[in-house]
Amino acid sequence: MAEQEKERNKYSLIVPTYNERLNIALLVYLIFKHLPDVDFEVIVVDDGSPDGTQEVVKELQGVYGEDRILLRARPRKLGLGTAYCHGLKHASGNFVVIMDADLSHHPKYLPSFIRKQLQTGADIVTGTRYVKGGGVHGWNLMRKLTSRGANVLAQTLLWPGVSDLTGSFRLYKKSVLEDIISSVVSKGYVFQMEMIVRATRKGYHIEEVPITFVDRVFGISKLGGSEVVEYLKGLLYLLVTT
Amino acid sequence: MKHIVKILTLLVAVSALWIGLLQASIIPHGHAWLLPIYFIVSLGCYGLLMVGIGLMTFPTCPREGLLLQQDIDEAKEYLKHKGVDINSN
Repeated sequence: MAEQEKERNKYSLIVPTYNERLNIALLVYLIFKHLPDVDFEVIVVDDGSPDGTQEVVKELQGVYGEDRILLRARPRKLGLGTAYCHGLKHASGNFVVIMDADLSHHPKYLPSFIRKQLQTGADIVTGTRYVKGGGVHGWNLMRKLTSRGANVLAQTLLWPGVSDLTGSFRLYKKSVLEDIISSVVSKGYVFQMEMIVRATRKGYHIEEVPITFVDRVFGISKLGGSEVVEYLKGLLYLLVTT
Repeated sequence: MKHIVKILTLLVAVSALWIGLLQASIIPHGHAWLLPIYFIVSLGCYGLLMVGIGLMTFPTCPREGLLLQQDIDEAKEYLKHKGVDINSN
């Protein structure tokens, strides 16, 4: 029966990009390599990258087909949250996967997300770096310390029910994502945390799968120094609003 | 119920218990007065301990870096073959 369901399901992969001309090509190749028997589409939401990301995506459309790779560009940088909303409007699948373009989310884990969803019927399957089989590569001690501190703080104060709050590699039922995303207001880093906390509070069924996270290979990490302040503000905001 | 209300309720319950202990004087007053300090200190210790444990058992995956590099080379080869221009401007 699971096989039949697999036939009917369609997965829309939303990938926001900004200056990722190399990464998006590599990512698309790896997605197609690891999902050979799955009906899916890749929706690239590009925020007017000056590096020619959109030209590369058009070339990829030539290779893989315009029905498999959708380019839904926006004129300028408008933020991550609205990028997902934008991609969601164009999604034709009954499931939506959200992932980063910078290869820190490896497409080889997509089958385990899909399998987990089919097995459990979960509303959301979220990738976690902090369980057996998961992990991080390329972080220094300071980054690890910040991450652990942030996690302990959030687990103690918010009781979120998931082990990795800020990871953004997730599979959603489309209707569930539409429901949650409309109530999320945070931007940037806190956005992912707010999504999963609101989902927990709404009582959605959330499952976890281990993923490994290799910090960006090409390009610079886009996390700035004000990250900690933003995080604490986000935590406080979630405490009083959820 | 907002989450902050849950936490505050919990705090109120704990405070009530504390006042109860103070009134009932089951344990010596000097100790009972210090209980909130103990509570805060142990909370801090718990936090530090969890961060410490988290740091020590932090899952790393050095092999993944190499595997990804192989995948990247493979992808580059394929894309070059297909004529997709991926070189930076």
